[in-house]
Amino acid sequence: MLYAFLCYNNEDAVFSWSQEEDDAVMARLAKAHEPLEKAGRFGPSVRLMPTTAATTLRKDSDPPLVIDGPYAETKEQLLGFYVIDCADLEDALSVAREFAKANPGGAYEVRPLRLFAPGTLKAENLAEPATAK
Amino acid sequence: MSELAWIDAAMTAARPQAVGALLRYFRDLDLAEEAFQDACLRALRSWPQKGPPRDPAAWLIMVGRNAAIDQVRRRRRQEALPEEDQISDLDDVEAPLAERLDGADYRDDVLRLLFICCHPDLPATQQIALALRIVSGLSVKQIARAFLVGEAAMEQRITRAKAKVAGAGVPFEAPGPVERAERLSAVAAMIYLVFNEGYSAGAAEQDDRSALPIEAMRLARLLLRLFPAEPEIMGLLALMLLQQSRAAARFDAAGDIVLLEDQNRAHWDRRMIVEGLALIDKAIRHRRRGPYQIQAAIAALHARALRPEDTDWAQIDALYAALEQLEPSPVVTLNRAVAVSKVKGPEAALAMVEPLANRLGGYFYFFGLKGALLAQLGRTAEARAAYDQAISLATTPAQAAHIRQHLDRLAADARS
Repeated sequence: MLYAFLCYNNEDAVFSWSQEEDDAVMARLAKAHEPLEKAGRFGPSVRLMPTTAATTLRKDSDPPLVIDGPYAETKEQLLGFYVIDCADLEDALSVAREFAKANPGGAYEVRPLRLFAPGTLKAENLAEPATAK
Repeated sequence: MSELAWIDAAMTAARPQAVGALLRYFRDLDLAEEAFQDACLRALRSWPQKGPPRDPAAWLIMVGRNAAIDQVRRRRRQEALPEEDQISDLDDVEAPLAERLDGADYRDDVLRLLFICCHPDLPATQQIALALRIVSGLSVKQIARAFLVGEAAMEQRITRAKAKVAGAGVPFEAPGPVERAERLSAVAAMIYLVFNEGYSAGAAEQDDRSALPIEAMRLARLLLRLFPAEPEIMGLLALMLLQQSRAAARFDAAGDIVLLEDQNRAHWDRRMIVEGLALIDKAIRHRRRGPYQIQAAIAALHARALRPEDTDWAQIDALYAALEQLEPSPVVTLNRAVAVSKVKGPEAALAMVEPLANRLGGYFYFFGLKGALLAQLGRTAEARAAYDQAISLATTPAQAAHIRQHLDRLAADARS
């Protein structure tokens, strides 16, 4: 079974870390990741930019409504996410609008990444064959 | 991260919101600050035992408010103090308060706290000092070091600034849309002052002042979270990120300034650059251009160029032209002249610069650029005279040293 680990913390506090503190945390994490990477169990991992860089596309209306800032409602739950290479925010929003046509309701929060590691996971090695063909 | 470091980071992050709310309750800056201090002391005792609260800002506001009310009561000697445990156990009251933290009240609290530091009667340096003390919670010692003055002098300066702010009357009623926009723009200007106070310092002062740009970016981020649809605040944060991304490349080993085109671009911080670019991207969607957005867009063109020769100077020229239109200033024209010299050559740039002589006669960069343009045109004697004037107007040793390099180069060229 594949598990997603969603990382929550207070961004005020995390973005107050000095470069040294940040580096120290990342170094400790790298050590913790290492055995999983070697075993081919480590999927893509990302660090998101702060919520100030986020834009939200509400797709419960037609046409969808674009709002600055992160997704802030609590009446819906996080059900999945994509990582997509886009030229810029406008491009990302047009991708989101396409997806919204296929799957209206709810919202997409579009947030740029500050770090992306593809990981070592190989679909053919998965214990559970739950990958889309 | 150690427990103490975590608590410290949480308190720093919560401070503007907590002090802002306490100021609204007590309508007295000193009392609000004292209440926050009290809450922090109690947090240091309580958090390690009970674990971090769900919302540190809400906790600090609640405990600070109770502590200050106690103190007022204690002064009146009317009632006994409640037990510490009673105050610290906030599980019930914290939840509704935490919900309200996202509300408009708290947004305006933080804005008010920042805004009172922008009092027009306060000179720029006092605005910065006051904001660093009240909003950021830097110690007087840290601020004194950043301004290269003694601790006692800085203490006095901050006390005077506070008195002036208190005398002016803090605006407590919720601002209307126009007033809110005015406050935002005053606060943005003050935050950029904080940034530049650190950013414009020489290499020797970087140790003491490097905290200032970081703090300014933190404040801008806070402001943007409270006002997420303001393109100029996006532009301000983007501008600071893009400028700060070059921090590691701006000085050489000897502490001399390295010009943009000579900087090692591998030392530019890509993480700050990509965040800056993402924010400009967001801002542009609003189609409401403003000075910070334009300056950020100019910085972005530099950041995007992997080599100096890749810089899109024609676009930079156009952006400066837009900035000139929005905010006419001889300094903007001077900056535009740099772009013009790259696009149309030094002669055209010099023609643009020379009419500024009256207004920029006391400005280091005016003579620095004039000297460089004259040197490019082979008018060596005039170039030397302009450089000499630049040196006499230099405000940091690094500026003077930089011009001396140009003079040395002129002398070397003359010999060869």
